[in-house]
Amino acid sequence: MINFDFEYCKPKTWAEAIKQYNNYRSQNKQVMYVAGATEFISRARMDEVNPEVIIDIKEIQECRVIHQQNSELIIGAAVTLTNVADSNVFPLLTKVVKQIATKTERNKITIGGNLMSNLPYKEGILPFLLADSKIVIATDKGLEKRSILQVFTDSINLRDGEFIVQIITDIEIIKQPFFTEKRTKQSSVNYPILTSAAIKVDGLTRVAFSGLCPYPFRLQQIENLVNDPSVKGEKRIQKIMKQLPAPIVEDMHATQKYRAFVFERIVSKIIEQMEAVS
Amino acid sequence: MLNQVVKLTINGIEKEVYVRNAETLIHTLRHELGLMGAKPACNNGDCGACTVLVDGLPLNSCHTLTVENENRSITTIEGLTDTTIQERFIKNWAIQCGYCTPGFVLNSYALIETEPDADDATIDEWLDSNICRCTGYQEIKQTVKEVIQMRGTNE
Amino acid sequence: MDTQNLTYVGKDIPRIDLKDKAYGKVRYTNDESKPGTLSAALHISTHAHARLKHVDVNEALKSPGVHAVITGEDFPYQVGPLLGDRPPIAYKKVRYYGEPIAVVVADQEHQAKYAAGLIKVEYEPLPVLQSPREAIKKEAPLIHENMKDYTVMVKGVHSVPNTNIANLTKIRKGDMKTGWKESDITVEEKFSFKPADHAALETRVSRAEILKDGHVYIYSATQGPFYVQKLLSECFNIEPGKISVETPLVGGAFGGKGCVQLEFIVYLASRAVGGRMVSLVNTREEDLISSPVHIGLEANVKLGATKNGKLKAASYEFYFNTGGYSDMGAGMSKAGAVDCTGPYKIDHVHCDSYCVYTNMPYATSFRGFGHPELTFVMERAMDLLAEKLAIDPIELRLMNAIKPGDTTPTQTHLNSSNIGDVSSCLRRIKELINWSEGQSTTTQDGKVRTKGITSFWKTSSTPPNATAGVILIFNIDGSVNLNSAAIEHGQGTKTVLAQILAEKLQMDMKKIHVTMEVNTKYDPHQWKTVASSTTYLAGRAVMAAAEDAIFQLKQIGAVALKCLPADVVVGNGKVYIKDSPEFYVNIKDVAVGYKFPNGNSIGGLIIGGGSHIVRHLTPLDPETGYGKPGPQWTVGAQAIEVEYDPQEYTYKIIKAATVLDAGKVINPNAAIGQMRGGMYLGLSWASRETFMFNEEGRVLNPQFRSYDILRASEVPEYLVDFIETPLVDGPYGARGIGEYGVIGMAGALSNSLSIASGSSLNQLPLTPEFIWESVEGRND
Repeated sequence: MINFDFEYCKPKTWAEAIKQYNNYRSQNKQVMYVAGATEFISRARMDEVNPEVIIDIKEIQECRVIHQQNSELIIGAAVTLTNVADSNVFPLLTKVVKQIATKTERNKITIGGNLMSNLPYKEGILPFLLADSKIVIATDKGLEKRSILQVFTDSINLRDGEFIVQIITDIEIIKQPFFTEKRTKQSSVNYPILTSAAIKVDGLTRVAFSGLCPYPFRLQQIENLVNDPSVKGEKRIQKIMKQLPAPIVEDMHATQKYRAFVFERIVSKIIEQMEAVS
Repeated sequence: MLNQVVKLTINGIEKEVYVRNAETLIHTLRHELGLMGAKPACNNGDCGACTVLVDGLPLNSCHTLTVENENRSITTIEGLTDTTIQERFIKNWAIQCGYCTPGFVLNSYALIETEPDADDATIDEWLDSNICRCTGYQEIKQTVKEVIQMRGTNE
Repeated sequence: MDTQNLTYVGKDIPRIDLKDKAYGKVRYTNDESKPGTLSAALHISTHAHARLKHVDVNEALKSPGVHAVITGEDFPYQVGPLLGDRPPIAYKKVRYYGEPIAVVVADQEHQAKYAAGLIKVEYEPLPVLQSPREAIKKEAPLIHENMKDYTVMVKGVHSVPNTNIANLTKIRKGDMKTGWKESDITVEEKFSFKPADHAALETRVSRAEILKDGHVYIYSATQGPFYVQKLLSECFNIEPGKISVETPLVGGAFGGKGCVQLEFIVYLASRAVGGRMVSLVNTREEDLISSPVHIGLEANVKLGATKNGKLKAASYEFYFNTGGYSDMGAGMSKAGAVDCTGPYKIDHVHCDSYCVYTNMPYATSFRGFGHPELTFVMERAMDLLAEKLAIDPIELRLMNAIKPGDTTPTQTHLNSSNIGDVSSCLRRIKELINWSEGQSTTTQDGKVRTKGITSFWKTSSTPPNATAGVILIFNIDGSVNLNSAAIEHGQGTKTVLAQILAEKLQMDMKKIHVTMEVNTKYDPHQWKTVASSTTYLAGRAVMAAAEDAIFQLKQIGAVALKCLPADVVVGNGKVYIKDSPEFYVNIKDVAVGYKFPNGNSIGGLIIGGGSHIVRHLTPLDPETGYGKPGPQWTVGAQAIEVEYDPQEYTYKIIKAATVLDAGKVINPNAAIGQMRGGMYLGLSWASRETFMFNEEGRVLNPQFRSYDILRASEVPEYLVDFIETPLVDGPYGARGIGEYGVIGMAGALSNSLSIASGSSLNQLPLTPEFIWESVEGRND
């Protein structure tokens, strides 16, 4: 039960959404975009957010598409994880999103919502980081295309009033061999202590991780080591551990030490499996 | 406006309800429409007890605002009558306290309709959305498998 | 074995409540509503231990729709089932994270919740105790400073003032010196687990209304409507007859709805608004932490045996973690002591079982009532002993299995009726789990498959005067209404009672109408629906009521048939002459009075009544524990097979098996369902369920997305079988079985994983991280 009230808008176009946002902001109101709205409901009922207006972007045509155009795969931000998986346009993405929440929840959670989640996991971003995808952002000045690697630091950095409309990925990359594994404390339905994703492009393995640090990451230094056969086994893993972007998380799901252990195991597995594919 | 009129098709019948924008679908079903089949249990999308079908797809009715569902067609347990899956849930004792049952039945029904050839992994994937604290799940899984098999042989 | 020649008992009769459940027609407590009902919402503590310096409700009172706000000041008295230690709403201090501090009553639920958020509480934090071992130390801060003033509600609760001990149960059997002297080998080990939860899907919910004439109407999802009546009456000084408690079907309980909590609060809330109907529904978060939980335990165990494996001595220290209040924790610590040895003959037993306060959510009964807990401890110790002795774990258990002629830790004499057949259960489980193929095997892909075993027992720990009644009312068609206060919370009790009645009356099940809802106004008294005691207590009451009805039917039938009552028999909807069944009168023609052809009538309504009470139970001697705690011991054996990955420290549960001595299985399908469900609950708890706390005692996972629960894809194949050693005074020989599936699971899982990992796993839950830590720690 959400115990506060808010206004609700469901614009049909991205331009209308931006207009509504600016209009309410000019009245000094707290405005939030939602798509699947699942995280919004969970947070609102715990009083962690209390916007005065929510703008639901799920009816915006551009946010609902999932198709290939020329050499690009375009996925709308409001496409549900179930539809992402069922379309299976990006096999690594399919597998990654199927590890999120439950099947019924994935009928509602959207890929854009997952990318913009307030939680530290945002597993859906891992394939896009690996694919150097671009995101289409609705802004005051129209739709803008930005590289995900540029806008993503510890989260996707958008300016006030902007929202993600689409994610665009090179179709050559989505066909490449991949690996992903989610590890939890125990039950498969829980937050990850580690979700890993890897893809091999032009003979080089790209890796990205979620759950290990306070935010998902893909780092060049780590990939260099992953692809450096001159450093052997254990040693390579130790070197990779030194390149992490932030301290390993310690929380109720796992201690720092255990997360490190799981990370080491998974990295070995990735190296082993990706070396085996040509 | 903090409230509005929302048009919904409930179990085949068009309804108009006046709701708070902040109201979740489960609340509207139970308190505005008197349909008590969807059970509140976590109100957080974690357990599946409040599952309903929205345009044929299972959703946790606690995790969707009523206003999000304008013009959608909603099936609750009250809208499922004499289905094979219900008959088999009864026959196989796939029910104990019954509180999770409407959610499980609707989810299983949607699974069989959407994936008539579902393999064990798919069944597991779907059923993992719902928590049952009484049965230990074996009877429920068996029931879904049985109905899928029966349909397979009938075709 | 089955010489009773039964028609309905022992048969797979379809459950009578499933159709309505499958079609969503069943109404649970929160599915009923009455126009004008107000909603209540809790403001709960954000501290685990603190003094309440100030509770500011002013903003809340001004909030839209609010009628009243109440706090602990409105009722500064302690309540509790065993020891009166808990104010229904925190008074002057809070003792656990999530404790109710204030209650808002408003027109709408969202208004009440919104206003509850406006309440400001000024806390003075106090040191937080999170471990019973820590809490029992002399220098530990006191959680209940005034324990000496608390009222003991039930004889046999021994609190220790100026400590954090809410109850201490002592068992002194035999002579420990002799016991240790006779032992060639000893094992000693420590065990622990933190509180977890029942997590019934239906959260707790209560409504209350107080009429002008003083009548109180309570609607509640409870396992004990009459218990609610009793405690409300004692607490608020209301005549019990003026309190009516109504409970429809309950959406899962597992012991967690045996506690009276929301009923107190909602009564106070109704009182604050002039008696209007007020409803209070727990959120999931509140249900997990504000309402009572599954008890935690820290334990030390020492076993002594001869080199041949004969158990000689056992010593136990149980520190049950009852959290901020004792509730049924004080009863579970006693139950744990009473059956501490498990189903083994041990002549020299020493047990100190403490119910210890900590600053965690408080404990109430959980399915198995102290036994899943003690069995985990004892059965791990048994496996350690088997390992040390190099004896097969099943052989060790068989060698020591308790039998008629032996005595229990409280020195109750066992006979061929009051104890089941432990050895037969062990021998059957051995076959079921295919023990002979080896306890440990390796798969081709480098995984390890291991089996773990437990045997267990439990007596009911009912109060010495636990009772149940049944009323049978006949309809004009000759069918009969069965009214009893047994709660249907999923276990199938109403079907089982109907079967017993069908058997006794030799009447078609279709002719028996069971009232599913319970109302203390119309239904005869029943203690509670807990402790696997309903088939026994209410079942015996059904039989007594049926005998009463049969007596009446025979009286009238004999007149109609112009013979003596001794000449007639009741069956198949008729009263007929024993040796000439063609001479009969239909029950429908005598049930509401028999009319002669000339219009004269005799008889009147047939109303059968009956009840049953447990016999010869005694409180325990405070120094030795000597006494009789329950009418009988149901026994069983369980096994688990896991597939363990030594590289990742992860595992899959492949098989879970139970063999239970059920005395007599009334309904095989129901019994199998109870065993599977019990195993599931036990495995979910043992493998993943626990509350996580931070240093301040805050519960970090009060939601299903972080409170891990075993899901459909993760359950094993269940194997179930029964042994039938009749309980002489049980209905058709039946013993209580409802709780038993859960009892041995933690022990069996930890035993199998200990073998698989090569590390003794003495904590729960058995997560991959814990196994990793144990193995790595050992290797270091």
